[in-house]
Amino acid sequence: MDMGAILSILDATLRLSTPLLLACLAGLYSERAGIFDIGLEGKMLAAAFAAAAVAAVSGSAWIGLMAGMAVSVMTACLQGVAAITLKGNQLIAGVAINMLAAGLTTFLGQQWFHQGGRTPALGPDGRFGAIQLPFAAELSGVPILGPIYADLISGHYLLVYIAFAMVAVTAYVLYRTRFGLRLRAVGENPKAVDTAGISVNKLRFQAVLITGLLCGLAGAYFSIAQGSGFGNNMTAGKGYIALAALIFAKWKPVPAMFTCLLFGFLDALQIRLQSAELFGIEVPVQAIQALPYVLTVVLLAGFIGKAVGPKAGGVPYTKER
Amino acid sequence: MSEINPQDPQRPQPAAASVPASGWAIELEKINKRFGPVHANKDIDLKIERGTIHGIVGENGAGKSTLMSILYGFYTADSGTIRVNGEVHAITDSRHALALGIGMVHQHFMLVDNFSVLENVILGAEDSGLLKPSLDRARKELDRLETEYDLEVNPDAIVEDISVGQQQRVEILKALYRGAETLILDEPTGVLTPKEADDLFRVLETLRAQGKTVILITHKLREIMAITDNVSVMRQGEMVATVKTAETSPEQLAELMVGRRVLLRIDKGEAHPGKTLLEVQNLVVADDLGIVRVKDVSFSVRAGEIVGIAGVSGNGQSELLESVTGMRDQRSGNVVLNGNPLSLKGDDGAARARAAGLAHVPEDRQRMGLVTSFSEWENSILGYHETPTYGTGPLLDIAAAKREAAERIKTFDVRPADINLKGSLFSGGNQQKIVLAREMERNPDVLVVGQPTRGVDIGAIEFIHNQIIKMRDAGKAILLVSVELDEIRSLADRILVMFDGQIVGEADPATATEGELGLMMAGVTDRKAAE
Repeated sequence: MDMGAILSILDATLRLSTPLLLACLAGLYSERAGIFDIGLEGKMLAAAFAAAAVAAVSGSAWIGLMAGMAVSVMTACLQGVAAITLKGNQLIAGVAINMLAAGLTTFLGQQWFHQGGRTPALGPDGRFGAIQLPFAAELSGVPILGPIYADLISGHYLLVYIAFAMVAVTAYVLYRTRFGLRLRAVGENPKAVDTAGISVNKLRFQAVLITGLLCGLAGAYFSIAQGSGFGNNMTAGKGYIALAALIFAKWKPVPAMFTCLLFGFLDALQIRLQSAELFGIEVPVQAIQALPYVLTVVLLAGFIGKAVGPKAGGVPYTKER
Repeated sequence: MSEINPQDPQRPQPAAASVPASGWAIELEKINKRFGPVHANKDIDLKIERGTIHGIVGENGAGKSTLMSILYGFYTADSGTIRVNGEVHAITDSRHALALGIGMVHQHFMLVDNFSVLENVILGAEDSGLLKPSLDRARKELDRLETEYDLEVNPDAIVEDISVGQQQRVEILKALYRGAETLILDEPTGVLTPKEADDLFRVLETLRAQGKTVILITHKLREIMAITDNVSVMRQGEMVATVKTAETSPEQLAELMVGRRVLLRIDKGEAHPGKTLLEVQNLVVADDLGIVRVKDVSFSVRAGEIVGIAGVSGNGQSELLESVTGMRDQRSGNVVLNGNPLSLKGDDGAARARAAGLAHVPEDRQRMGLVTSFSEWENSILGYHETPTYGTGPLLDIAAAKREAAERIKTFDVRPADINLKGSLFSGGNQQKIVLAREMERNPDVLVVGQPTRGVDIGAIEFIHNQIIKMRDAGKAILLVSVELDEIRSLADRILVMFDGQIVGEADPATATEGELGLMMAGVTDRKAAE
């Protein structure tokens, strides 16, 4: 395999891990606050649809992105009301969001655009284009580092850079700020937070809203950056893989980035390996496509060890007698 | 001592009717609080003198914790006034209480286990959006508080790695860091070793000397007598008396708490030991981490005697108990019951031990003795649910189980006597009675009891002790493990002292002094050499 091939796999890795990373960080905020969020998938799907639909109508990727984030945040609010205010079961609230998003996106898509649930294909203004970093062309001649900069680091969608910047931002917020300290505390021992005179529910709601924002970015990435329009169930279970990555990373931002890169790499490899031959026999496409999922199971079951999440996760907070 | 009827209007007069020189730190007037049908606090009046240690005693469920939670702003009172330093305040939340200089150390610590001491101290009292300045200030402030109050603790240690006693210091430091002038401690010694409790009392005395006010909630009368200036007694949601500690006695306080005369000493006759029923031979047991906790322990218990195992918590008693009762596999050694070796290995060891006639009242009733979300009658057949009494087929004879539970709830005076009530809704003492009833009423040959009265109130302690003695007098062999030395001394006919996984000595409770036992518990076995 030559340098070009390696770079192209790594390039695809960055592209494919971006939505995972955004969703994973989204999940990190709510899970660290003690809200299990199995509804990442649904929020992403809703955002993907809203972004594509609005971008198609308005012709602007930015307005589409805003719409995607707004819908994701509203969905998160709904989930928050159910799981925090009304103290409902967090798992069920999340599953409900997923089912609602899957059904509603297809239904509205068909009602509005009559294309079998898809949204119209977006023109160049309706989606985000690749960004060429400064001097990419000039530096591409430099041996080794040049192509890495020009081909691998430069030339991605804006959301890719935002996703990786969010890792640093999240780590900073989590470990260096008052909000981060309280967020981590409320997921471990909400009573300690309550007796310190801080509102548990308010804090958890803030976390869920951040989750909504980040899911909105992830969802929009699918339909108006990576793709050019919404297709049925286009998130394809990435929300669940992001959740798995979060557990694998033990709810920490930097390990989350590496885990998402690993999953993205497996995905990139899968695309590359299609039509590959093993011992002279062509490997079925389905087997290759299943590879990332199989490896996810193996990694989670075999290598993770004991993953202890935030202690108060999954339990609605009630002042007890 | 003259008899005092707590209902009598001539009960002890309030300690200080006139305003003391130092003034009142806290005044509560006509506080009422209801939780649904339960009237947890009824017209409570309480005045706390500044710069004193004020004890509040009462049985579990008497309303002490509710009252303090109201003062701390965790609950809001339905009616009544609170004065802090003479001014009326409607305390709406904990933040408000903290701002008024009221801090609380809860019975179950309000700490985040995976945070450092420093992070726990600043949580909720951060100076700004970024943590660094707060952490730096807290580090300096802790340094000062440590020297001032002799409260040493490593600010960078992670809370889950430090001892319970140290964790409690973190709670006290948290309150002091927030500028607490009045410190409420809810059952602070329940989780402490005797040494840690002594350390805590020294800290409280220092606090008092520095002019702070301390409110100590407890049901241990010895602590009240040892450290408080004034003491208030609560019973069934009412404040029944406030007296000066120097002018009262444990007997009088016990009577005020329970509402009737209580025997603090156990009345028991001579033991008449018969044949050996339980024999433990060269037992070696490891804990979950593979560390050997019980090192070659041998002893026997005869019919009609109570053998008490004394020792500081964590010296292998728990593992010994779990192994003898079949909950934990032994590395080597034998447990012989009534002449027959018991095979205890495997997951169903506990069931086989029970079937062979060995009943077990576990140390931790909430985690091991009961399923707290089950109703009383369900709890009363746990572990015995497969006996033919409750049906032989796949179905449970619920009517039979309920009938039995209803009888037992009466014989053991469990309150409230409601077999459909959830286990978690009974007080500690009543939960323990449920477990005891279940284990004792099967007429076992051997009863193994761990911490029978931990967290249990005085009235129930008396009952539980009497039941254990009744079993002994009925010719059963009883193995008692307790970290309460007083309990071991008054119940046991023979005391074995455990230290570092070994039995380091045997003592006769009639002659052994507390000092001698204390030395053995600390691993000093020179006594044997001296003999």
